Order: sequence, then C-alpha cells, then structure tokens
Amino acid sequence: MKVTVNGKEQELQSEKISILKLMNQSQVKMPDMVIVQLNGEFVEKKDYEISFLKEGDELEFVYFMGGGGI
Amino acid sequence: MELNDEQLERYSRHIILKDLGVEGQIKILESKVLIIGAGGLGAPAALYLSAAGIGTIGIVDFDRVDLSNLQRQIIHSTNDIGRLKVDSAKNKMLAINPDIQVKTYNLLVNSSNIRSIIRDYDFIIDGTDNFAAKFLINDACFLEKKPYSHGGILRFEGQSMTILPGESACYRCIFKTPPPRDAVPTCSQAGVLGAIAGMLGTIQAAEAIKYCTGAGELLVNQLLVFDAKTMNFRKVKLNKNKNCGLCGENPSIVRLMDEDPPVCELKK
Ligand SMILES: [Zn+2]
Repeated sequence: MKVTVNGKEQELQSEKISILKLMNQSQVKMPDMVIVQLNGEFVEKKDYEISFLKEGDELEFVYFMGGGGI
Repeated sequence: MELNDEQLERYSRHIILKDLGVEGQIKILESKVLIIGAGGLGAPAALYLSAAGIGTIGIVDFDRVDLSNLQRQIIHSTNDIGRLKVDSAKNKMLAINPDIQVKTYNLLVNSSNIRSIIRDYDFIIDGTDNFAAKFLINDACFLEKKPYSHGGILRFEGQSMTILPGESACYRCIFKTPPPRDAVPTCSQAGVLGAIAGMLGTIQAAEAIKYCTGAGELLVNQLLVFDAKTMNFRKVKLNKNKNCGLCGENPSIVRLMDEDPPVCELKK
C-alpha cells in the first residue's frame, strides 16, 4: 500500500496500519511535539490508534518549533 | 509623502521593482512593524526591515546580550555583551538607516501588556523562542485584528506562516495548545544552526514588506517548512480549523491568558 508522508511516497508492508503504528515505525521521535493531518483534516490525538491508513492517503506530521529568540 | 533625492537613491533597488515602485517604497516608509524578540529571528528581520525603510519599527525584548547569543543573533556584536538587547538592536538599526524610527520595549510580553503594545502597529513579527509567547502573540493578534508572521526554528529546520486574523488559519488552528512541558526539548539541548535563524528571519521580513506594500501573495493557509540538511522547502496546506478555540465557530478563548512559563527562559 502506498501512502504519502510529508510529501514523500512510502510503500507500507502491512495492509492494516494505524497512524499511531506508523508514527512508532517512522522517525517520529516525539509524538507529543507533532500534529497530524490526514488528507487535509486534523486528526485528534485520541484517534491516532483507531485511524487506519488506506491506499493513496496523504499524511502530514507537523512539528512544533519553538526556537528563535534566546 | 514624496521621496527626496537621498531616499530615491537609498531605495533605488526597491523602486525599480515593478511590484513596488515609488508608491510601494512610500508605503514601506509609512508602515509600522513590531518585532517581538531581538534574538535569532528578530535580529535579521530587524536589520532587513530597517534597511528597507519601514518607517517605524518596534522591538521588544527583556533580555541582555549574552556570549552564547552571538552565534546567530547577528544584530548584536561582541562588545554588546551585557547590554540590553533592545538598545544594542536599536543602535545597529539606526546605523543602517537613520531614516527610520525605532521604538524599544525592554519587557517580556504578557497577557496584560501585549494588546496595548501591538495596537500601534500594522504588522507583527513573532521572533520569540517559546510556546507560551507564541500562543500569546497569536491570541493577541487575533483579538486586536493584527496580521503577523509566525516563525520557529529547531536544529536544522524552520517553519513559518503568515496569519491574517479571522481570514486565514491561525497558529491555534494547527497547534491548539502548547505541547506538554516535559516533551519540549530545551534550547540548549536541542541546538540550532545559526544560519537557519537568518533564513527564517529574512522570510518573516519579506512577508512584512509584502503585507505593507500588497506585493505578491502572503504565506497564508500554508506552513512553509524547510530542512537545511537537504534544503527541502515544502508548503503544507493548512486550512482554518472550524474547531479552533480562538478563531473557530465556537471559540472558547475570548480573552488572553498566560501559559506556563517556558523552560528555555529559566536557562540562566
Ligand atoms: Zn484559529
């Protein structure tokens, strides 16, 4: 199954994979610092485990970035 | 307003731009921009906005120049160590362009002072380094209907978005609430490539000038994200969130509040 994560196409081995599982598998090191958008819609944190990906889905992991001043 | 000979020469590279012209330069000279934070992002933004001739530039910072700032906060010099950042910044800005007015605010923005400070300006640049301030600026700009530029940097990466309050997606549309405190890497742990601050601060300055002159299209409803390791630049489309606590259909935030003090600020 092919999905696009942050603009890059990825081939996923398993047929049934949740957002949470994908986050664990990919390089999302700090899940608390990430906002997820699936096909242009924000996904609530509580739904990561029950949102399953399907062929052609577009996923964005958007990171909190705080630095700039000090 | 008419440009004098010196101004015609100083701003000639703006004036020959088809999208600016004399008219655009006059708009720049008549604009007021506030920069919150005279640090990594605020430093380059302040230098370029001064050079561009933004008529009134406000600069807010509570801190003093520290040796560890100089790796990226290019408005400050080695002999400024120990000086107030706003004073050091003002010197450099006026040295580049004595044509402008610089107003300094040696303070930390909070829920009780921010609205009256931003009220006097046309456009705000968020050059702060912590989430409490970022959410406060977002909320205050929405309540005062002030457009602003968000900027964030970490390690080799940066992100920016311009927000037209009520019209385009706001910071809370995306990020809702500050991340849990223990999840946030401290500035000194995470680190940042100095040049990234320059890349992002100048993007923010460009957005301010675009807003003031009406040139081009603003970075609204999209978050520009870049990774300097690969030099990949992407724009993530982000629409206004109807469930946003601030600008959504049933807002829960109707007045300002102070979030937890940020971790980074307690560094010294
Ligand atoms: Zn919003």
